[in-house]
Amino acid sequence: MNASTAKPLGMLQKAPRAGHSLRARRRFVDQLVRILCIFATLVGLFFLGSIMVTLVWRGIATLDWVTLSREFQPTTYGDPDAPRGGLLHAIMGTFVQSGLGIIIGTPIGILVGTYLSEYAKGSKLGEAVRFVSDVLLSAPSVLVGLFVYQILVRPVGGFSGIAGAAALSIIVIPVVVRTTEDMLQLIPNTLREAVVGLGAPKWKMVTLVCYRAALSGIVTGVLLAFARIAGETAPLLLTSFGNNVVSWNMFGAMASLPISIYQQANSGFPDLIQIAWTGALLVTLGVLAINVAARILVARRK
Amino acid sequence: MSDVITKRATRRSSGAFGDSVFEWLCRGAGLLVLGLLGAIIITLFIGALPALKHFGFDFLFSTKWNPVEGREEFGAAIAIIGTLLSSVLAIILAVPLAFGVAFFLTELAPQWLRRPVGTAVELLAAVPSIIFGMWGLFIVVPFIQNNIQLAWGEELSAIPLIGWAFNSTNYAGTSIFAASLVIAIMILPFIAATMRDVFEQVPAVFKESAYGMGATRWEVVSQVVIPYTRISVAGGIMLGLGRALGETMAVTFVIGNANRLPGSLFDATTTIASVVAMEFPESLSGSLQQSALLALGFILFIISFIVLAASRYLLRSRLKG
Repeated sequence: MNASTAKPLGMLQKAPRAGHSLRARRRFVDQLVRILCIFATLVGLFFLGSIMVTLVWRGIATLDWVTLSREFQPTTYGDPDAPRGGLLHAIMGTFVQSGLGIIIGTPIGILVGTYLSEYAKGSKLGEAVRFVSDVLLSAPSVLVGLFVYQILVRPVGGFSGIAGAAALSIIVIPVVVRTTEDMLQLIPNTLREAVVGLGAPKWKMVTLVCYRAALSGIVTGVLLAFARIAGETAPLLLTSFGNNVVSWNMFGAMASLPISIYQQANSGFPDLIQIAWTGALLVTLGVLAINVAARILVARRK
Repeated sequence: MSDVITKRATRRSSGAFGDSVFEWLCRGAGLLVLGLLGAIIITLFIGALPALKHFGFDFLFSTKWNPVEGREEFGAAIAIIGTLLSSVLAIILAVPLAFGVAFFLTELAPQWLRRPVGTAVELLAAVPSIIFGMWGLFIVVPFIQNNIQLAWGEELSAIPLIGWAFNSTNYAGTSIFAASLVIAIMILPFIAATMRDVFEQVPAVFKESAYGMGATRWEVVSQVVIPYTRISVAGGIMLGLGRALGETMAVTFVIGNANRLPGSLFDATTTIASVVAMEFPESLSGSLQQSALLALGFILFIISFIVLAASRYLLRSRLKG
């Protein structure tokens, strides 16, 4: 890598020959690239803007109490007197499954992050765990669904909220691992030495001092993990499958917002697609709000 | 450091027991994560066995996919090709954009603009896959259909040498191009964020000396920053590729889900992840179809594992720094 830094010398050789035309050309290329880069950034922002505008524009019409308080209803076929359906079952299902996923995944993620930061310095096992955790962070989530289907759905013979929560918890773990390790690394060693110097055992140092010092960072990680799984669709499609009513039975199929959006958006009925847009708006607003909140938490820390 | 601390702590035997319990708890959680990856591979493989036994090596090369009972025939070729093709196309679309964003954020933008723009790009990464799918189906697909295919289809097909890439009889708009475009937008933030981070790691002295010699910004980036960071940049692109390969819901919405080889950019095809998402929930438990889908999942896992491992290897210098 370092050898290549000698390359700018090439420019030195050019410089003495720099006539007007060369200078003009260099300036032209520079301007051109600058404009292209600004354009690329605008394109990126345009997509985010387009998604948000589309969601608000299409979803706001049915963003009302009816949608938030009712369960699924079949299409009204344009009949204004027929009862309009809502998303209550899906919102409940998402909170229950994501909540349980967080409850299962967070402690494991924190312990793994602690192991990587406090115990595994330079060890082979630590390297392997870090590698696997990073792979899981970017691995296709649909495969997590297939895995959980094979071990929790197929043997039982039916889709279940438990299986959905288990799949989500697998997605939570690597997110929490990454933030926990990063945050623990930020804690100065002098703090650790001070605690141990007072005679405290290491586990007390970690749990009473390090965790407290890294708390806002770890909370950020958990928030980001929640935002991530709240919008996960593919793994839930294979594990909790979806349901049309509010259900507290964790051992039966369970609805979730992303699945409801998926099913209603593909239904072909305009009134159901309309509700899907409202669901999409809700999910996106929720997820982005959590992300912004997490960022503010981190920024305040710095 | 940790050795010294452990020794001291154990000498004061009061915490020794708690220490070993906590350490093993942490190590156990680490082993659990290792085991999780192993369990996923093994479970997918076991589930795939019936199909792999039934079709043998032909499974990899067969282009047939027929779930009709009694005449079941499954082959992975088209899903594999569709996955690779859509991901590579997405990379081709996303990398120049991501580079532009990263260059803008590190060199061009005024300081006050960097944070908001950077945050906005990162928020793009937080938007759930299904939202991209809906947006793609209701906005991107009709746009491609009306403003590209219907408006320019014939002109594009008439271009010599590359015209075939646009020549399609599929006017639905749901196509490999739509899928690649949507995937490109989804992976753009990941590649851009990696590029920005590694660009920022270039020692300021290097850039300053180049500027001091009268280099323009583009010359600094193309001859100092990129050579210095090219390995990490490749790692960032591989990370994007790894994400693109496994993208499921967004692709399912816009790719058309047809078990056909795409003859042009505007033809429908399918990917491994979208076949699994479309057919698995409706397949019979324990059927040959389900096993074939698990075999597809196993193949996808192997491909993404290799790509993600490569990405991590290329990014290792950044991870240490």
